[in-house]
Parts: sequence; C-alpha cells; structure tokens
Amino acid sequence: MSGMPNGIPILTLLTALPVVGAAIVLLSGKHARAVAMITALAATAVALVVWTDLPSNGTIGLLEQHPWVPSLGIEYHLGVDGLGALMVVLSALVTLMSLDAAKRVHHQPNLYFALVLVLESCLFGTFTALNFFHWFLFWELSLIPAFFLIKLWGGAKRGPAATQFFVYTMAGSVGLLLAFLAVFLSTGSMDFTHLSLLASTGELEQAVTQYLPHHHVMMWLALGVLAGFAVKVPLMPFHTWLPNAYSEAPSPVTMLLTGTMSKMGVYGLLRIALPMFGPEVARMRTPLLVLAVTTVVMGAWAAAAQKDLKRVFAYSSVNHLGYCQLGIFALAVPVTDAAMQTSQAAALNGVILQMFNHGITAAALFWFIAMLQERSGGIRGIDDFGGLRKPAPVFAGLMGIVLFSSLGLPGLNGFVGEFLIFRGVFPLAWVSATVSVLGLLVTAAVILTVIQKVFTGPVPERWAAFPDMHTGERMAMAPVIGLMLLIGLLPQLIVDSVNPTVLNLLAHWRF
Amino acid sequence: MLAWTIYLSFAGALVEALLPKGRAGLARGVALVVAAGGLVIAALGFAADAGHGRVTIVDVPWVPSMGIHYTLAADGISLVLVLLTGLAAVAGVLFSWNIELRVNEFFAFFLALIGGVYGVFLSFDVFLLFVFYEVAIVPKYFLIAIWGSTRREYAAMKLALYSFAGSAMVLIGLLAAYATAGSHSTGLVQLGHAGLPVHFQMWAFPLVFVGFAILAGMWPFHTWAPTGHVAAPTAASMLLAGVVMKLGAYGCLRVAMSLFPHGMDPWGFSFIGIGSWRDVFALLAVIGIVYGALVALVQSDFKFVIGYSSVSHMGFVLLGLMTLNQIGMTGAVLQMFSHGVLAGLLFAIVGRMVYDRTHTRQLAELESMHLSRRMPFIAGAFVVAGMASMGLPGFSGFVAELQVLAGAWKANPWWTGAAGVGIVVGVAYTWRALQKAFFSDVRPTAEDHPKTGWHDLGAITWPEMTGFALLTLASLWIGLYPRVLLDAIEPAVKTLFAGGGQ
Amino acid sequence: MNYADLFRVTLPETMLEIAALLVLVMDLAFLRKAGLRVRAAAAALVGVAGCGAAAWALSATGGGSLRAGDELLLAGGGSAAVAQYGILALTALTLLLLIDSVFTRHVGEFVAVVLMSATGGLLIAAAQDLLVIFIGLELLSLGLYILTAFAKQSGRSAEGAMKYYLFGGMSAAFLLFGFSYLYGLTGSTNLLPVMLRIHQATGPSADPLLLVSLVMIAAGLGFKVAAAPFHFWAPDAYEGAPAPGAAFIASVSKVASFALLISIGTAGAYASGTSNAPNEGFIGPWTLVVTVLSLASMLAGNLAALAQISVRRLLAYSAIAHAGYILLGLAFFSRSNASAAAILYYILTYGLTTIGAFGAVGVVERATGSDRMDAFLGLYKRNPLLAAVLLVLFLSLAGIPPLVGFWAKFNLFAAVLSVGAGPIAFSLVALAVALSAVSLYYYLQVLKRAFVMPVADPAGRVEKISVDPVTMIVLVAIAAAVVVMGCFPALLQGWIAGFYAAM
Repeated sequence: MSGMPNGIPILTLLTALPVVGAAIVLLSGKHARAVAMITALAATAVALVVWTDLPSNGTIGLLEQHPWVPSLGIEYHLGVDGLGALMVVLSALVTLMSLDAAKRVHHQPNLYFALVLVLESCLFGTFTALNFFHWFLFWELSLIPAFFLIKLWGGAKRGPAATQFFVYTMAGSVGLLLAFLAVFLSTGSMDFTHLSLLASTGELEQAVTQYLPHHHVMMWLALGVLAGFAVKVPLMPFHTWLPNAYSEAPSPVTMLLTGTMSKMGVYGLLRIALPMFGPEVARMRTPLLVLAVTTVVMGAWAAAAQKDLKRVFAYSSVNHLGYCQLGIFALAVPVTDAAMQTSQAAALNGVILQMFNHGITAAALFWFIAMLQERSGGIRGIDDFGGLRKPAPVFAGLMGIVLFSSLGLPGLNGFVGEFLIFRGVFPLAWVSATVSVLGLLVTAAVILTVIQKVFTGPVPERWAAFPDMHTGERMAMAPVIGLMLLIGLLPQLIVDSVNPTVLNLLAHWRF
Repeated sequence: MLAWTIYLSFAGALVEALLPKGRAGLARGVALVVAAGGLVIAALGFAADAGHGRVTIVDVPWVPSMGIHYTLAADGISLVLVLLTGLAAVAGVLFSWNIELRVNEFFAFFLALIGGVYGVFLSFDVFLLFVFYEVAIVPKYFLIAIWGSTRREYAAMKLALYSFAGSAMVLIGLLAAYATAGSHSTGLVQLGHAGLPVHFQMWAFPLVFVGFAILAGMWPFHTWAPTGHVAAPTAASMLLAGVVMKLGAYGCLRVAMSLFPHGMDPWGFSFIGIGSWRDVFALLAVIGIVYGALVALVQSDFKFVIGYSSVSHMGFVLLGLMTLNQIGMTGAVLQMFSHGVLAGLLFAIVGRMVYDRTHTRQLAELESMHLSRRMPFIAGAFVVAGMASMGLPGFSGFVAELQVLAGAWKANPWWTGAAGVGIVVGVAYTWRALQKAFFSDVRPTAEDHPKTGWHDLGAITWPEMTGFALLTLASLWIGLYPRVLLDAIEPAVKTLFAGGGQ
Repeated sequence: MNYADLFRVTLPETMLEIAALLVLVMDLAFLRKAGLRVRAAAAALVGVAGCGAAAWALSATGGGSLRAGDELLLAGGGSAAVAQYGILALTALTLLLLIDSVFTRHVGEFVAVVLMSATGGLLIAAAQDLLVIFIGLELLSLGLYILTAFAKQSGRSAEGAMKYYLFGGMSAAFLLFGFSYLYGLTGSTNLLPVMLRIHQATGPSADPLLLVSLVMIAAGLGFKVAAAPFHFWAPDAYEGAPAPGAAFIASVSKVASFALLISIGTAGAYASGTSNAPNEGFIGPWTLVVTVLSLASMLAGNLAALAQISVRRLLAYSAIAHAGYILLGLAFFSRSNASAAAILYYILTYGLTTIGAFGAVGVVERATGSDRMDAFLGLYKRNPLLAAVLLVLFLSLAGIPPLVGFWAKFNLFAAVLSVGAGPIAFSLVALAVALSAVSLYYYLQVLKRAFVMPVADPAGRVEKISVDPVTMIVLVAIAAAVVVMGCFPALLQGWIAGFYAAM
C-alpha cells in the first residue's frame, strides 16, 4: 500500500463523504441531525481504516497523485503518514462529538449540520493534502463554514467575533501565500514532499536565494509562513481573536474550533514550516521560544482571571497549544549527539500526541459546558454554580475526569503528551521548560478552582433540581472517557504508530 | 464558424428593433435564443480551436486601396474572451427578464453591444478591431441613458465621451503606425512585422495603451467606471464591468503591446525607480488595485462598492500584462475571464436581486432589513460571489491572482507587495458589504423601510437562479480545473512573446 | 476653340439650363390651376430629369476639355467628373425634398434657381481659368442668396439671406482682387501657367504680394466653404433658409467649392513637382494659409456647436467644423491623387448625409413649428423610422463606425499623414481626431432628446409625426446608403478611383 500511488482513492472518498452528506442533509427536512450523525459515523469508520492502513515505516502512504495544472506546479497529490492519519481520526471523532452535542438547533438546523459536515471535509482535505494549492484551498475554505457557524448561531456578540476570526486568519494567510509563491517560482514545485526533500539537502535555500537575491530572503519567507500559522494556532500575541470566537460560538462549534481547527495550525508548522524553513526557525528559536512560553504562561494566567467558563477554557486552550509550540520550537536546533536526537523525538512525539489528546479533551470539555448551558438556560459564569455534584453526581464525575485530563493528571490522556514534551524540551531548552512549568501549576490551580466552584460547596436553590446526565448522554460520553483512560494508560497504542513517522520526519529535517 | 457569433448578435439586434411593441415575452425569448446561440457557437469554437495556435476564420479585402482587410481570426486568448462574452450575454439576458420599459429596444441595443464585443475579440485587422470597438460605444450610451438609474444621463454621456476620447487616442496612434509602416496594410500580423522604428514606438505605445486603458479602468482615467456602473441598469453594468472593460485590456495586449513592443523598453534614465513606460503603467496598475480597494471600503452605496472593486480587479489585469513574463500575462488573461464572470455575478446580485426588491442600495438602509432571513438564496448567492471575488481558492479568481502575483514577483517584488495589500483590503471591503447588507444585526426602527414595508420581498425567479448558476459554475469550474482555459491561453501568450509582437 | 467644342463640353450645364427653363414654362403655363403639391412634384421631377440628362451627357462626352488657344478653360475627367456627378446627384436629392414643403407658392422658380446654381457648381468643378472660376462662383452664389430668402413669410429667412448676400458680395470682391494680383504676378489667368510661373519666378523667399493674394483668395473661397474666420454668415443662413435650400447650400455648394480648391491644389502640387524647391513658390504659403483656416474652423465650429440649442445652427457650426477637417486635407496636398480622392470622398458623403439631416430637421420643424432641440423630444415614439434615420445620420456626422462618416475621416487623415509626416501634421490630425470626439457630445444631445428623454406632455399623449412618403423614401434611402457605404467603403472609393485611372 505504501509508496505506490493511485490504489483505491480512500482519501478522496474520505474528503468527499462529508460534502455529499451535507448535500443530503440540506434536503432531509426533519432528519437533518440523524443524517449528519450517520455521515459522521461513516467518516469515522473510513478514518479508522486509514489509520490502520498506514505504512509501518513512518513514510507517507495511501498516495493519490494526478496532474492538475502542471504549468503552475499544481498536482492533485494526497497522502498520509502517522501525523496526518492521526489528525484525520481526530477530526472524525471531534465532529462526531460535536454533532452529538448539538441536540437542539433552534433555527435552520439543516443548514447548521450541513455546514458542520462541510467543515469536516475541509479538515480532511487539509490533513491529507500534499500539494500547496490543495492544502491552501481547504485551509481557506474551512473559514467559511466556521464563520457562518459562529455568525448565525452564536451568542450576543457573535458578529464582531466571527468577523475578527475570519479577517485575522485570512490576513495571516496572505503571508503564507506570498511565501509559497516565492518558493514555487524558485523551484517550480508546490509539492510538500518534494520541497521538504529539497530543503533537507539545502537545495531549497540555494534555489530561493538564487532566484531572489535579496538580503535574508529565506528569513522573510519563513516569517510569512510563520505569521500564517501564528494566528491560527495561536501564538501570543496573535491570539486575540480566539477568546471572542470561542466564547461567542455555540459550544458544539467551539468543540470543532478548539478540537480540530487549532490543530490545523500546528499541523502546518509540522508539515510546512519546519521541513522547509528549518534553519530559519532555528535562527529565530529564541524569540519564538519566548513567545511560546508566554503563550503557555499567560494563557494559563488569563484563564485564571476569567469569569465565563467558556472563556476560562478558551484561554486554557491557548495554554495547551502553547505546549505544542514549545515542543516544536525547542526541537528546532541542529543535532549534535544521540541524546539530543532522542529528546527531539520525544518532543515531537509529545507534540503530536498533545495535538490528539488536547483535541479530544478540549472537545469533551466544551461538550460538558454545552450540557451545562442547556440545563442552566444559558448561564455559564464560574460563580453562578455550586455543589453540582449533589444533584448531578454522574455529570460531576465525568466532567471531573475530563477536567483532570486537561490538568494533566497521570493515567489520563492529557498527561502523556505534556510529559513527552517536557521530557524532550528540558534537555533542549531548559530555561523555557522551567518557566513553562509555571503554566502547569497555574493550569492546575485554575482547574481545581473550577471544580471547587462548580461542583463542590453548598448548592444554591436554583440548582437543586439540576438534571443529571441521562442514558443517552452517558452512552455517548462513555466511549470518549474510555478513550481518554485507554490512551492515558496505554499510550503505546498511538505512540507505536506515530513514532516511526516522527523518526522519519526528524531524519529529513535540517536545522 | 465563430464569425457567426457576430452576425447572429447583430441580426438579433435588428430583429428586436423590428419586433412589434408590447410583446415583451417575445422580445425576451428572441434575445435569450440569440445570446444562447452565441454562447453555443463560442463554446463549440473553443472546443474545436483551442490549442491550435491562431486560426483564421475570414480574410477578405475590404478597402484594397488602403490595404484594409476584413480579417477575423482567433488564438487562445480570443477564444477565452469570446467564451466569456457568450456567458455574459446569456447571463445578462436572464437578469434583465424583469425589464418592462421599451423591452425590444433594450435587447436590440444589448445585442448590438454584444455583437460589437464579439467583433473586437475576433478581429485581426487593426482597423476592423477599431471599428468594432467604436461600434460598441453607442449602444452603451443608450442602455445607460434610457434604462439606468442614478444620474443616468450624466453617467451615460461621461462614459460615451471617455470611451470616445480613448478611442480617438487609439485612432491617432493607429493612423501614425499605418502611415509610418508605409500605408500598405492594417493587418495585425503585418503591422507587427513592419519594423516600426524604436523612437516611434516610444511615443506610440503610451498613446495607444492609454487610449485602451481608459476603457480598462486604469487609474487615474477610471472615473467613468464607478459612475457608469452605478447608473447603468443591471445587464448593462454586468456587461460593462464584465466584458467591456476587458475590451480595453484586450486592446492593450493585442494592439499596444504587440505592435509597439519596444515602447516598453527602458528609457535609459530612471526617475524615482521608474525607467520605462512599463514601469509607469505597472505603477498605475498597482495604484489602481490599492486605490480601488480602499475607496470601495468606504462607500455607502452597495453598487459603488462593486464598481470600485471592478477598478481594483482590473488593476490586476493590467499589472499582469506589465509583468512581461509568461505566467503573469497568462494570469492577466485568466483574470480577464474570471473577473468578467464574477463582476457580472456581483452586479447581478446587487442590481437585480437586491435593488429591484428593496429599491435601495444604501448600505445603511439595507442594514436594518435582515436580508439574510428574508432573502436567504440571495444572501447565500452573495456569500458565494463575495468569496469568489475575494480570491478564495476553489474559484477562478484565486488561480488568476496567483499567477499575476507570481508574474509580478518575477518582475518586481515591490509590485507584489502592493498587490497583496490590495487583496487584503479586498477581503475587507467584501466583508463589510456582506455584513452590512445581509448579515447585520441592527434592529430596525419604526421609521425604517419607507420603501418596502414589512411584507415579504419577491421570491427568487427562475431566470435569476439560472443566471446565478451559470456564472457561479463557470467560476467554480475554472477555479478547480483551470487547465480548460490555461491550455488555450498559455500557447497564445508564448506566441506573442516569440513573435516579439506576433 | 470653336462653338461646337464649347457646346459639347458644356452639354451637362446646358441640360440643366434647359431643364430650368422647362420648369419655369411648365409651371407658369400649364400648372396654374393645379394644387401646390402637384406643381411642386412636377417641378421637382422635371428638375430631377434634368439632372439625369446632365449626368448622361457627362458620361457621354466623358471628360472633355475646353481650350481657348493654349489656355485650358475647362478640364473634365478626374476630380472634376467626380465632383460633377456628385453635384448632380445631390441636387436631385434636394429637389425631391422639395415635394412636401409649404414655404412658398413659387415652386417653379425655386427649382429653376436651384438648377441654375447647380450649373454654376458644375462650371466651377471643371474650371481651370481664374475668370471662368469667378463666373461660375457668382452664378452659384447668386442663386444661393435667392434660395436663402425664398421663405418670404419668415423674417429669419430674409435676415439670413441679407447677411449671406452682403458677406458674399464682399468676399467676391476679395476674390477678384486676389485673382488680379495673381494675374499681375504671372501674366496669365490660367491655373497651371500661373502656378508654374510662380515657381519659376520666386527665389528663396516668397513674394509678399503672393502671400497677400493668397490671403485674399483664401478669404473669398473660405467664405464659400464656411471656414472660420469667414463663417459668420453660415449659422444665420442655415437657420433662415427653407429646408431644401439649406440642404442645397450645405451640400452642393460645398462640393463645388472644394472641387475648385482641389483644382487649385492640384495645379499647385503639379507645379511644385517640376520645380527644384518644392516647398517654395506656391505650396509653402498655401499650406500655411490653409492650415490656419483649417485650425480656426475646427476649433470654432466644434466649440461653438457645443452651446447651440437650435439644431439648424448646430448643423451650421458642425458644417464649419467639417470644413475644417477637409481643409486639413487640402493643406497637406499630395502630388498623387490620394488627397484629392480622399477629399472628394469626404465631401460627397458629407453632402449626402447633410441633405438627409436637413430633410429630417425640416420634417420635425414642420410638425412642431420649431427647430430647437426640444422639438425632437420623444421622436422615437412619434415616428420611430424618422428617429432611426436621424440616429444613423447624426452618428455618421460624428464619425462612428461602421457608418460612412467614419471612413471619410479615416481616409482623409490617413492621406494627410502620408503626405505630411512631421510633428505639425501629426498634431493637427490629433487635434482633429480629438475634436471629433468632442463633436460626439453635441450630436448626442439631439439624439438624447430623440431617444432618451421623456416627452414633456403631462397627459403622456404622444402626437405622431407623419412624413410625406416621398420624403420618407428619400431619407431612408440616404440613411441606407450611409450604412451600406460605411460597411463597404470600397464601393464609393473604387468608383472615385475609376476616374483617376481613366485619366
């Protein structure tokens, strides 16, 4: 299966499936949600097939390659390695969760579900693309359903939030586009694999500087590329769109935003920025690390200051994604011995795991907030609740598990990624690692505070009859919790598949 | 066979003029049949001739004493633009389905304009091209003056005079070229090989280029465009922005740049970085991109936003032409097609779909009308059109702008940066218009809506849906599979280069 | 020269005179009791027949020349023949327009005067001797003064005619004076010898006397073609004359006068071709004077037309502007026949278009009582065919392809540039083209009212305008010719070229 292109076009099928489902949803009248769920389940099944069909040596498999616009170097080139496949599985799972969380859509449900499915398609497209045009197409396209999901079903300040989200991300993309144009003009190629190969031998830099003999041209290009991703992940101080977007969006949409769309940015860093602009990233390592650490610490600190639960976890997401960036920038350093190599591998493994785990955890977290909002009639202030574990013990228990995972408790999935990241970063950049530990501590404080304020203590009058989770919800949530425990206890299930990819990637990256 | 696009259109115009008045349905039907016929012929011609280099259709002596021939021919560039004209014609007829005033005269002028446009794109005799170019001016005047809206007589006159002035400049240049080349022939190919002296080309080029560029909306000669577009009735603004502005750009490429290539050579001295006419016009193009976008951002009239956005997008075309490399010029031609389709779509939405229902184009008034709920199809249509216009990948505009940017980077990175700014501002003004017109949350007061009241706005009609589908699918198809057009354009551009001007 | 020769060569003129006399006799003797329309029709038809007979005579005698001893008095063939055919055709059309007019009861006399003036025109076209020129010019002009005054009920007619007459008389005096200087300088009244001797006589510097005589002649002839600054009579005459009369003035007299100028220019160019200093002698000062006239006419005509509200005055100023363009062709006159052919093409098509224009304006005037622009409001509803004809004719005057007016201009400017390749010629052509663009504005003003602006009637009633069938046929035929000749310019060009080939 691996290395040989154009077998059964599974990846095309995967990407096309949700779109077809969206079209059917628009026409399904009252059964919109059911159709959407079926589509999402099918997509999950295909995603798992993709996961199991990966080549074992960590190279890119399930290739599909067809010429598209040869004169512009544009090819229809799809493929996945461990990283891509994991992201595909994540997208499928989070979409499923998000659809389940959207029990009652108060107006235009068909459109809502159709947009969610279109967004899923865009995610699949981004994670399987191996040619810039294709990747960029889906990168940009994903903004549309996201925008409308926020704008049409969001909270009171949804208009400005949606606009800010859209405009910031679009603006960031311009830098990406221009940088890639320059690369294309210098090399004639838009292909990720080809370009990373050129970069690993140093030919990319040669070609670009030959073509555009300006001072530090590669540095400018790298900055352009990083700008695009810095907005998306986000990296402080380019994050300001996030709290508004996350809190104004309806919670099921926030699940998608934090669970998958933010991962698009990290994926981009791993698929594009590091392979092609490794030396430049290495040169900018210190300022980048500073920003990453700031993201980690300030993200946590800001979370501590919030009163709205959604904003708390929005900032907490920023913090968690900061760890990913910490790992990425820390490993961008020329390797001198085997120990460094091991640390790099650990960091990268951690990053990828964190992407997956945070995706699941954060999505689950916002799922619970959705349930909370439903039961409370929209109220979600941290101080509005109290002692909920009395009327709703199951709810409190399950949400507690998710919260602890977010905190990074060993035994739950949240721990593994963070552990590996720190394991890798400490030897490579111990100052950053040390300061980031602060982030861990503050996060712990935040989450414990949330638990304390929401679940413990005396129960106010109005929550005395707070309904607990009913069977349907429990059944829906159980697999997710189960997954979190499973990965927490047996991380090798994922690591074994991801590690070969990690080693393969690191072998080709040059700093 | 392609010549029939011209003859069919003019014949259709004549038939329309002679139809009995009061039979509006008949007039519309005839117009649709003629326009669709033109499109079919254009498509068949494209399929048959694309990629075969230059194909001569007709070549007969016309005024032998002056060496003027009636020469119709098509290369890849012409074929693409003829196809665009066909699309615009059909869409224009569909979106004019609701006109009630003097219907057959409307379609008579419309079809005459289309015929003239087809003629320009298919002419390979410089003189014939000029004749068709001028023929197109008069129907434009009447279309705007009779069926237009805001300040229509003023706008129509301004447009006619600007166009005429531009063509006067072209005529002078052509006369001079003809005389200098020995007054033997006015064929494009022959004049291109005539070996006009360099110093002659140095002043003939800017004269003819500016003459055509006026119609292409080059800054600072663009002022007729926003006024004209706003005043024109929907179909006319679709054609104006969609096709007629492309006449100007086509003339720049086919005539000015091909006959006077040395006019773009460096002068030998340089003034603030400008050392040749090429630099001058590239600078003006870039200014047009940014200026058009910035001004669009502050407009209070929806149609003016689109009008200025046309100026901005045409700037891309002109920039692409001035890159003087394969990829930039290919991008320019593709942008001509893409913007032609998208501008038509945008004007159709603003003019026919919104204005004809709400009777206002002021964004401030539209804000409180909750149009996304009351006209969901139209809101969705504008979302799609707006995205396409912004350059969202998947639509034709992205590929075209990508190529222009690539070409611009090869030629001069500063131009690319400025153009990039234009793209970003483009996102902003489209977004602003979208928000204000359709998705605003402003609560209406009791005094609002003196014009429409609170009843439901008219339902979407089948001609509108068909027109929308036609244009959107065209843009989407080319956006996803641009090779259809690129395979025709690229060889033609290469030939233009190799011939050193044919 | 014997009388047989004279009779043979001037057969066409004779035919016209006979026709004129016939009309008078017929009208006075046989049609006393008949209705106005019948009389007008009869007179017009006889006049047309006379033109036809003259044309036949022209083709039969085929360009003969008349000499008195060594001197060439009349030279047929070539430019002269083209102009003569043109004059005959245009006269016929003008007469046809007379049929439904009501401005006078003396239709017989009107037709007779027209024919006699046409005779003068024929003479001028072929004339090669200064005195013959003068005779022909006076014959033409006197008739025109009378025609202008023919609408006895109209005060404007009388005023226009008076101005025309006074101006005309003065300019005839200037002309004669200039001719006399030429005679004094060269000792001959024959064009070619005059030119040749001027070239032989002058040294490096032009004789100031020559310049003076040229200015005088320019004044005289400039008046005839309504070139600025000798154009002041034109707006009033055009406004006051009855419609067929104005049509005649605007077309036939222009054709004849320009044919004369072509003769002078040809002789001068021929002469300069034989001398060692081609730009000395006649051609240099000629170019200067004619260029000045041309420039002034183009500017004055176009700019003044912008401000007009009377359509007749607008046409008058436009005529001045067109005269300016043609004079440009004369200023840069080529030794081959290219310039002459281009000028003739222009003036013939212009004459045709103008007759149509005055015909249409005449119809509207009769229906609404005024020739203001507002009289044309809503014409497309009141008579769509008339409006269509108006559209074609006015756009042709503006120079919009594919109408013949465009070709005329293009042809002319191409000829100018092929002769004068320097910056001056070029700037003048550029100016001419630019002013053509300006002219579109004022033509569109009329068309705007005809097609675009709503009728002012509060009840929305629209009065139809009915047009006499004959007039309508003539107008439609003219419009059709304008379109056809515009699409196939080789037709007329080929016909004109045929005359030079035969020479």
